[in-house]
Amino acid sequence: MASSPDSHSPSEPLLETPLAAAHGALGARMVPFAGYLMPVQYPEGILAEHNWTRTHAGLFDVSHMGQALLVGPDHETTARALEALAPADFVSLAPGKQRYSQLTADDGGIRDDFMATRPADPAADGTLILVVNAACKGADFAHIEANLPSTVKLVQRPERALLALQGPEAAMVMARHCPEAADLDFMTALPLAFDGVPVEVSRSGYTGEDGYEISVAAEDAPALWAALLAEPEVKAIGLGARDSLRLEAGLCLYGHDINLSTSPIEAALNWSIQKRRRLEGGFPGADRVQRELAEGPARVRVGLKLEGRAPAREGAEIASNGEIVGRVTSGGFAPTLQAPIAMGYVPPALSAPGTRLDILVRGKALPAVVTALPFVPTRYARKQKTGG
Amino acid sequence: MTVRYTKDHEYVRIDGDVAVVGISDYAQGQLGDVVFVELPEIGKSVTRGKEAAVVESVKAASEVYAPISGEVVEVNSELEGAPGLVNEDAEGKGWFLKLKVTKPDELSELMDEAAYKAFVDTL
Repeated sequence: MASSPDSHSPSEPLLETPLAAAHGALGARMVPFAGYLMPVQYPEGILAEHNWTRTHAGLFDVSHMGQALLVGPDHETTARALEALAPADFVSLAPGKQRYSQLTADDGGIRDDFMATRPADPAADGTLILVVNAACKGADFAHIEANLPSTVKLVQRPERALLALQGPEAAMVMARHCPEAADLDFMTALPLAFDGVPVEVSRSGYTGEDGYEISVAAEDAPALWAALLAEPEVKAIGLGARDSLRLEAGLCLYGHDINLSTSPIEAALNWSIQKRRRLEGGFPGADRVQRELAEGPARVRVGLKLEGRAPAREGAEIASNGEIVGRVTSGGFAPTLQAPIAMGYVPPALSAPGTRLDILVRGKALPAVVTALPFVPTRYARKQKTGG
Repeated sequence: MTVRYTKDHEYVRIDGDVAVVGISDYAQGQLGDVVFVELPEIGKSVTRGKEAAVVESVKAASEVYAPISGEVVEVNSELEGAPGLVNEDAEGKGWFLKLKVTKPDELSELMDEAAYKAFVDTL
């Protein structure tokens, strides 16, 4: 029996998060991921962890992700500095609000995707809080620093851990330790106290469930982790279930569904580029993004539901009437749906939900149907519908 | 009944001239939740060390190699609807396929249970 191992150069020592001891105590299976030794699963396994997160609350260590501050003299200056590198409208971002965006390349490809938060505290105005992907953080921070005006500085935050609490019972659990968190709307953030410990809490995540991401000083992370894990609704969840959860939610994984060759429009991330930026441009790759918005992209990311039980994995070819039309970028078994699902790129003419395609797996054409994303309805805590 | 193991964690259990093939309990533990097993067609000849089946966990697909050469005479069709049997009972109800052994002397190159246990302990 053999499978392709996680790629890791043994010459580089693996980093650990501040919760490494906690994972060890739980019996986690640790694997190399983005230069870190991370828990891929705990003893109950990926399926059980996935289902627990969908029905109760899952606790994730995502401390490997890159946290940083962009610090400038005022909000507009800092926001414009970030807008020079990413296509979202950060100038109009209200205090306490978060926005998802991408660092784009000059040709419109995606260098990374990230979250930016404008602090709620007026004293912190002029700062934007960034969270980027672990595998990209070194390159991202160098790229950002090299392109900032002299009045705006990037301050990395390696001294902080990041935890995610996700699932329908996350709010109930969080309220016991941090009552104000209950008032947060989806994609908003506040500096709060968790059992008296200062934390930065946002109502966000990457599972499709309601929940929080909690940034905390590394030295306080083990106590916070232990306090949440002590709650009966909470179990520790590894990267394996994080991947199956985000796939069911139709969310992109950088390096797989999006990369330097995919544009935000091809990736169907149009919603993350607000109107003013579409019109004005002024970000790397704006020409391509504006052209694809006007004329349509050559290919577009879609969801695919396979018939039968065989999963299609990343790299599998997508065919229509015997002709190869695209490739799977993420694929696996969806525990919630008890069926294999995938995401991949196809020509726009074949992207309408209901379109029947084939995915080639080990020489067999497996029938698949284009399916609207997300595969599993999201349950974000939205108090009111907000415009794109 | 003779049970032998490969270093790739397949087992073969000899029952007369039929060999029952599957993956070891250690292997299922390493794989995690099995969600799909692709089995060969009956009548197919398999060669020792070459792919005989594919097992898919939530995370990844893994090839299962034939521990011994032979002709497929039966496959475990229960795995189609209940792939989790591999996790529950890898070396029992979670078997993959049965072979009519064509090269019985290949068996001597495989590990017995004690040797396999010792091998797994080194991993």
